[in-house]
Amino acid sequence: MKALVFVEQRKGEFRKAAIEALCEGRRLSEGGACVAVVIGSNVNGIAGQLGGFGADKVLVADNALLENYSTEGYTAALQKAVAETSPDAVLMAATAMGRDLAPRLGARLDVPVLADVTSLTWSDGLQAVRPVYAGKVLMTVKANKKGAIATTRPKAFLPKESDGRSADVQALEFGLTEVDIKAKVKQVQSEGEDMIELTEADFVVSGGRGMKSEESFKLLDNLAKVLGGAVGASRAAVDAGWRGHSEQVGQTGKVVAPTLYIAAGISGAIQHLAGMTSSKVIVAINKDSEAPIFKIADYGIVGDVNEILPALTEEIRKLK
Amino acid sequence: MSEEEKFDCIVVGAGPAGLSAALTLAKAGVEVAVLERGDYPGAKNVMGGILFTTMLDKLIPEFWKSAPVERHVTHRRFSVLSKDGEVAVDFKTAAYNEPPFNNTWTVLRAKFDRWYGDQVEEAGAMIIPGMMVSELLLDGGRVVGVKTEPGGDELNCDCVIVAEGANSFLAEQVGLRQPHDGKHMAVAVKEVIGMPQDVIESRFHLNDNEGCAYEIFGQAVQGTFGSGFLYTNKESLSIGIGSTIHDMKKNQLNPNEVLEHFKNHPAIAPLVRGGESLEYSAHMIPEGGYSHLPKLTMDGLILAGDAAGLVNASHYHEGSNLAMASGVLAAETVIAAKEKGDFSDATLAQYRTKMEGSFVLKDLKKFQKFSQFLIDNPHLLRDYPDSMVGLLTDYFRISEKPKAQIEKEVFDRFKKEIGIFNIAKDLYKAWRATR
Amino acid sequence: MNLLVCVKHVPDTETAVRINLDDKSIQTQDVNFILNPYDEYAVEAALLLKEANGGEVTAITMGPDAAKKTLRTTLAMGADKAIHIACEHTADSGATAKCLAKAIKENDYDLIFCGKQAMDIDNAQVPVMLAEILGLPNISAINKLEVADGKATAHREFEGGVEVVETSLPAVISCHKGLNDPRYASLKGIMMAKKKPIEDSGCSCSVPDIEVVKMEYPPQRSGGKIVGEGVAAVSELVRLLHEEAKVI
Ligand SMILES: Cc1cc2nc3c(=O)[nH]c(=O)nc-3n(C[C@H](O)[C@H](O)[C@H](O)COP(=O)(O)OP(=O)(O)OC[C@H]3O[C@@H](n4cnc5c(N)ncnc54)[C@H](O)[C@@H]3O)c2cc1C
Ligand SMILES: Cc1cc2nc3c(=O)[nH]c(=O)nc-3n(C[C@H](O)[C@H](O)[C@H](O)COP(=O)(O)OP(=O)(O)OC[C@H]3O[C@@H](n4cnc5c(N)ncnc54)[C@H](O)[C@@H]3O)c2cc1C
Ligand SMILES: Nc1ncnc2c1ncn2[C@@H]1O[C@H](COP(=O)(O)O)[C@@H](O)[C@H]1O
Repeated sequence: MKALVFVEQRKGEFRKAAIEALCEGRRLSEGGACVAVVIGSNVNGIAGQLGGFGADKVLVADNALLENYSTEGYTAALQKAVAETSPDAVLMAATAMGRDLAPRLGARLDVPVLADVTSLTWSDGLQAVRPVYAGKVLMTVKANKKGAIATTRPKAFLPKESDGRSADVQALEFGLTEVDIKAKVKQVQSEGEDMIELTEADFVVSGGRGMKSEESFKLLDNLAKVLGGAVGASRAAVDAGWRGHSEQVGQTGKVVAPTLYIAAGISGAIQHLAGMTSSKVIVAINKDSEAPIFKIADYGIVGDVNEILPALTEEIRKLK
Repeated sequence: MSEEEKFDCIVVGAGPAGLSAALTLAKAGVEVAVLERGDYPGAKNVMGGILFTTMLDKLIPEFWKSAPVERHVTHRRFSVLSKDGEVAVDFKTAAYNEPPFNNTWTVLRAKFDRWYGDQVEEAGAMIIPGMMVSELLLDGGRVVGVKTEPGGDELNCDCVIVAEGANSFLAEQVGLRQPHDGKHMAVAVKEVIGMPQDVIESRFHLNDNEGCAYEIFGQAVQGTFGSGFLYTNKESLSIGIGSTIHDMKKNQLNPNEVLEHFKNHPAIAPLVRGGESLEYSAHMIPEGGYSHLPKLTMDGLILAGDAAGLVNASHYHEGSNLAMASGVLAAETVIAAKEKGDFSDATLAQYRTKMEGSFVLKDLKKFQKFSQFLIDNPHLLRDYPDSMVGLLTDYFRISEKPKAQIEKEVFDRFKKEIGIFNIAKDLYKAWRATR
Repeated sequence: MNLLVCVKHVPDTETAVRINLDDKSIQTQDVNFILNPYDEYAVEAALLLKEANGGEVTAITMGPDAAKKTLRTTLAMGADKAIHIACEHTADSGATAKCLAKAIKENDYDLIFCGKQAMDIDNAQVPVMLAEILGLPNISAINKLEVADGKATAHREFEGGVEVVETSLPAVISCHKGLNDPRYASLKGIMMAKKKPIEDSGCSCSVPDIEVVKMEYPPQRSGGKIVGEGVAAVSELVRLLHEEAKVI
C-alpha cells in the first residue's frame, strides 16, 4: 500500500509525534511507498532528513503564506499532495494541528477520518484501534473507502532512530493567495523555550487539590526539573487557579502517556484517570490510603505531599 | 414563565414518597411539579434493595411487566453472626413465584426511580431534576412556595409535599422536626457487587428470577444496634450494614470499616467472593418509629416518607412501601383540600387520620417498643450470638466423649452463660415489645 | 446576531460504560445522558454574544429522540429555539457533519458554535468538517474569544504555545475548557424552556464510511503496592523506580 504522511514542523523543527506518525506510515506501507509531506516557510532545507525515518520521497509546500499554521492554507497544500500521490491512506499526528487539519482534509476529499488512533493495521483498507468514552472502551474501526485519514496519538507509536538516509525532495506547486486564508494566525505566543511539552514529556508530575496552594506547586516544579519532565494538574487544581488550563490532565484536559507519571494530592477521579492511565509507571502520593488513585498506581506512598515531594526530589537528585 | 404562574402542589424530592404523591396528584388532574436535586430521579438514592410493592401494584397494576425490577424474593433468611459462626432461620417457598410475587422485589434504586419518574411524567406531572429546594417560602406562618438552587428562583403553590428523605432540612426549617440526636437515626452503607447471573443463581440456590434476602444481626455490625443485609439482584448483590449513629460513635466504629469487617466474616466472605465492586454509598435511615413521629402537617405543607420518619426498623426494614403509601395519602389529602379550596393545617390534618387508619402507622405502632427493647438490651445482639454459636459448636463437636456427657456439659454452660430464666425473660420482653 | 450552537447528547462522564453483546455498541439503557460538557462552553459563548449584541441563539442536535432532553437543557440555559434531527448515526463525524450542514444551509448564521469534542466517541471532527462542507472558515478548540467589526479573534492552544487567530464571519468555532464559566439552568429557565419550540427535522444520513469492527475493554491496570508511609518510604520508592521499574 502507499502511505502519505504529513510531518508537522514548527519553526523548522519536526514534532516528535510527527516522526512517530512517519515511522508508522513506513511500517504500514511495507513493500509499498511511503511519501512524506512538509508544509511551511523555509522548510526545503529540513525536508530531506525525513528519509532517515523511512520516507521514500518528501513533498514540500514552501511558501511565506504557510509560515504559520492555517487550516485553509495547509489543507490546500495537502489536497495537492494527495492529488499527486493518490495514497491508500494518509497519516498525521493527533496534535492540535493534526486534529484540526485531518477533518478539514477528510471533508474536502470526502474520505473517512479515524481520529486519535493508538494502533493501525492495513488489510485491504485502513483499520485502527481508538480509545473512546474517555478510554473506558477500545473501539476497532475500519474505513470503507480508499484514501482514509488517520491521526496517530502521540506516544502510542514507537519511533525509530534515523538511519541517516536522505530522501528526494520535490516541491508541491499549487496556487495560494492571501484571500484563500480567512482564518489566519495573527500572533504566536510561545511558552518558555526550554519548557517540555506535557504530551511529549517522558516524566509528568501532577498535583491536585491536595497541593492546597499555588505556592506548593513549586515543589512539583522542582521535581519536574530534576526529572527533566513537565508539570500537570488535576481539574480541581486548575479550577482553583493554581495552574493554567493548558496543564490540566484528564478528560477535559490533555491525555498524557509518559514513562513515569507522579500524581500528588490527586484522588483519582474517573475523569482524571482518562488522561493518564496509559502511562508506563504510575506513582501516587496521597495522605488518604483509601484514595482511588492507589487502585491504579504501580507504587504508592501514603503521606503528606509537603513532606514527600521535597524528600523525593532530593533522593532522585542524588541518584542522577 | 409569567410571574403569576403557580402550581397547585410542589413536591420536594423524587424518591418513592414524592413520586407516588405526584403520580396520584397528576392522575387527578392536579397541577404538580416535582423538584429533585439529583440529575435524575434515583441519581442520589441509596437503598439496600427490597421494595415492598403493595402500594406500587395499586398505582401501576402489574408494574413488574415494565419496571426494571431485579428479582422477586422467594427465600428469606435471618441469622445472627458470632465472631466466627452463624445461627440462622431460613425460609423459602415456591408459593411466592406467582403474581403478585408476594409484593417483595429486589431493585436497584437508580434504575427503578428513573423508570418510576418516567411513569409519573407520562401521567402529567412535571419533574424538574437538578434543582434543589433550599428554603420554604412562608407568608404569615403559611407555606406558600419554595426557593430553589441554583439560581435562587422562587416558585409559588398552594401546598408543598416535603418528601426529601431522612435528613429533611425543610422540616427543620419550619420547626416540625429537630436536628437529629443520632439515637434514632441510623447510618447505612451499601455496596453493589457485580457477579454473573449463573454464579448468583448457583451460589444462592435460586431459579430464574428468584431472589433471596438475608438479614444478619450480631457481629454483622459488631454487636451494635443494627444489622447487615445481603440481597440478590439480577447480576449483582446489594450488601450493606446499618446501625444507629449513636451506637457507632459510642463504639468508635466507622461504617465503612464495619462493612469491610462484615464482608470478611467467614460466613459472608464466600458469598461475595470474586465479585466486582460497582458502587458504594452511604445514607441515613430515620429509626425513631411511632413514638418519634413529628407533627406531619402545617398550613400549606405535608411531610411524607422518610422526611416524616416513616421507617419500620424491625426485621422488616421497610421504608419504601411506607414512603409510597404516605405519598399517596398526602396526595389524596391535597386533592380533597383543593376541592375545598382550603389548604390550612385543619384540613391537611386529616392526613394523619388517614395514616392511622392504614398499615403505615398501624405497623409502626406495633413495632414501636421493639427498637427500644433492643436498645435497652444490648446483650441480645452483643453477647448471645457468641454464646449460642459456642454452645452449638460444643454440641456438634464429634469426639470420643459420650453424647450424654456432651449434652450435660452444654446444658451447664448454657445455664451459666445465658440461663433459662434470662432467655425466657428476654423472649417474653421481645414478645411484649411487638404487641 | 444570528447564532447557532451544535450540541450533542452524551453519556454522563461518571457512567460505567458497558459493551453490548454484539461487541459493537454500548448499553444505553439505564445510562444518564447529559449535554456534552464541551458544548456547555459553546452555549455559554453564544448566550454571552447574544446578551452583548442582541440576536437569537438556536440550538441544534442530531440524535435519537431522547436527545431532545439535551435541547431542553440548552433552551433552559437561554437558547431561543431548537432543531432536532432524528438520527442514530451519530458515531460517524462525516455523516453527522453532512446531516447538520443540510439542516443549517438554508439559514445564515453569523457564527456557529460547537464543543471541542463530543465526550462519547471523542472524535473532535464535526466542527471542522461542518465548516468545510458549509465553505466557512473555522477555529478549533479556542479558550478565548472576541467578536467585533464582523471579525472574530480567538486564542487556540497548541503544544508549546498559543495561536491568536482572526477570522471573518460567518465562521465555525469549537470551544475548549477555559473559554468561560457555563451558567446553570435556573428554575425560571427550565420552566420557560418547556414552552420554547423544538423543530423536528428529518435525517438525510448516508451509510457511514466508518465501520465499527468491535469494542472491548482496555486491559485493567492492576493496583500496585503501597511502598510505605511518610518520608521514610521515599528512598525505597526511588530504589524501586530505579531497579524494578527501571524508569529513572
Ligand atoms: C465533565 C467533567 C470533566 C472533568 N474533567 C476532568 C479532567 O480533565 N481532569 C481532572 O483532573 N478532573 C476532571 N474532572 C473533575 C474530577 O471529577 C475531579 O473532581 C477532580 O479530578 C478532582 O481533583 P483532585 O483529585 O485534585 O481533588 P480531590 O478529589 O479533592 O482530591 C484531593 C486529594 O488530595 C489528597 N490530599 C489532601 N491533602 C493532602 C496532602 N497534604 N498530602 C497528600 N494528599 C493530600 C486527598 O486525600 C484527596 O485524595 C471532570 C469532571 C467532570 C464532571
Ligand atoms: C442502605 C439502605 C437500605 C435500605 N433498605 C431498604 C429496604 O430494603 N427496603 C425498604 O423498603 N427500605 C429500605 N431503606 C429505606 C428506604 O430507602 C427509604 O425509606 C425510602 O427511600 C424513603 O423514600 P423517600 O421518598 O421518603 O425518600 P428518598 O428515597 O430518600 O428520596 C428523597 C429524594 O429527595 C431528594 N431531595 C432531598 N432533599 C432535596 C431538596 N432540598 N430539594 C430537592 N430534592 C431533594 C433526594 O435527592 C431524593 O431523591 C433503606 C435505606 C438505606 C439507606
Ligand atoms: N450529533 C450531533 N449533533 C449536534 N452537534 C454535534 C453532534 N456531534 C457532534 N456535534 C458537535 O461537534 C462537536 C465535536 O463533536 P465530535 O466531532 O463528535 O467530537 C460537539 O461538541 C458538538 O458541538
